[in-house]
Amino acid sequence: MKPKAADKLATGIIVFFALLIVAVLVGMLGFILFRGLSHISWDFLTSGPQTIREGGGIGPQLFNSLYLLILTMIITIPLGLGAGIYMAEYAKPNKLTDAIRLIVEVLSSFPSIVVGLFGLLVVVQYFDFGFSLFSGAVVLTIFNMPLMVRVTEQAFRSVPKEQKEAGLAMGLSKWKIITSILFPVALPIIVTGTILAAGRVFGEAAALLFTAGMTTPHINFSDWNPLHHNSPLNPFRPAETLAVHIWKVNSEGLAPDAVQIAAGASAVLVLLVLIFNLLARWLGRALYRKFTSIK
Amino acid sequence: MKSNQDTPLLLRKHRTEEWIGRGYTTICVLFLIVIIVSIVYFVATKGISTFAIDAVSLSDFLFGTTWSPDDNQFGALPFIYGSFLTSLLAALIASPLSVCAALFMTEIVPSWGKKILQPVIELLAGIPSVVYGFIGLSILVPFMRDTFPGQGIGVAAGAIVLSIMILPTITSIATDALGALPRNLKEASYGLGATRWQTIYGVIIPTVLPSILTGVVLGMARAFGEALAVQMVIGNAPHIPTSLFESASTLTSVITLNMSNTVMGSVQNNALWSMAMILMLMTFVFVFVVRLLERRHKI
Repeated sequence: MKPKAADKLATGIIVFFALLIVAVLVGMLGFILFRGLSHISWDFLTSGPQTIREGGGIGPQLFNSLYLLILTMIITIPLGLGAGIYMAEYAKPNKLTDAIRLIVEVLSSFPSIVVGLFGLLVVVQYFDFGFSLFSGAVVLTIFNMPLMVRVTEQAFRSVPKEQKEAGLAMGLSKWKIITSILFPVALPIIVTGTILAAGRVFGEAAALLFTAGMTTPHINFSDWNPLHHNSPLNPFRPAETLAVHIWKVNSEGLAPDAVQIAAGASAVLVLLVLIFNLLARWLGRALYRKFTSIK
Repeated sequence: MKSNQDTPLLLRKHRTEEWIGRGYTTICVLFLIVIIVSIVYFVATKGISTFAIDAVSLSDFLFGTTWSPDDNQFGALPFIYGSFLTSLLAALIASPLSVCAALFMTEIVPSWGKKILQPVIELLAGIPSVVYGFIGLSILVPFMRDTFPGQGIGVAAGAIVLSIMILPTITSIATDALGALPRNLKEASYGLGATRWQTIYGVIIPTVLPSILTGVVLGMARAFGEALAVQMVIGNAPHIPTSLFESASTLTSVITLNMSNTVMGSVQNNALWSMAMILMLMTFVFVFVVRLLERRHKI
């Protein structure tokens, strides 16, 4: 084949495959939204699930997903920020720092099921927290921390050196420089990263099967005392999240409209992920603009 | 002018702040270390007890083909084989597609190609795995059932679902590598009269190959550890499949299905932990390979 013809052919193939990927995504999103959106109604979003009869909703699951997200971020953000700041500002270039970097890398590539099993053994059984929102949040923290650490470290490293030197010249302590000079500058990147990490909580299921559990007890939405047994805010009750519900409905659902429920729940899940991605970008950009306009 | 008496006070405040900051961040990092040590410790002790306490022989576990807990047979080879087969196939399908997508964004139409494909890739990365499983179950499986022999569920369906899931991983790493390529490399090739394809094939691909391989290994790692999406479409039969359209099991799908049905401490339960240990060890292998590739890339 002549080089020119080969070039044309190769270009054609590359363009074809690239467009194929776009088509696959458009097809999948179209399928989820087309099948799912018709099933979404206010009733579907708020009512409880049915095991055998038709017409179950996803109300408690939706609430559990959102609440678990908040619990997880309450634990993840301070720990992830702290470790990230250590890596960016305090860690010296030595063997120990290399080892910590390796740990972060290994933690982020552990299969979620292994982390979930660890949670089952240690948090659920050994520390006896049972299948609960708290156990789920701890495991998701292990899951999200590597991402938070990496984002925080990158954000702090991207701050211009002069800012730090100016602080040092003023005789501030290192911690003061970190909290009052570097942190505000690094904030836009950290916020974007945090929201992206948070978005993963919605989709995670394998780790939650063994920690947050596959059932939700009857919860009383008029009781908001976190210490009460049936309160939705009680962090020590079992909680089935939206992603776990989709899996359960698909693998062992008995309701006659199981497929529609899975479709509706998938659509809600994908929409939530989409909203989170857009929010992350919008907020990151807005904070960045605010910061740069001050300059 | 400040009096000399103020200085010790300021200094003390300075030192307290320093102490708080260093202490807090160090605790956070220690937490990371404690977590990894305890994960490795707990999974390993549970995983090893199958062989140490229950006296299942290691070779029976690794090479036995019969999984029948009732008869005290714990051959995990079908699951190990299933995991390797599906993740290898997924990498085989996804790699060329990903490289094409990356080339499309960087070499063919960098102007608008990136604007279209970048958000698509990010979206693909953001879709939760259970949704992939659901889509696989409702579109792919019926399609496979109608077009190919068999039930539709099986190795092929699992590999295709996984390949779409790991596509973003490989593509984003390949795109970064291609984007970081020095311009003069390409210009030299064009200057010699090479066509675009000759440049891609002869210059660009060989140069970024270690990075692409890094992406492929990371993608495989993800495929190897993925649990629910695969479990939904692979069929979960405990034997070694003889064709791509036959149902099979992976380590993750077996653990997912059986862990809550077995009693903690029983032989069967421990055997499941041994499988989790294999998953963990494979993670170490993947990270090790990635590090090797990165080191080679630097030189």
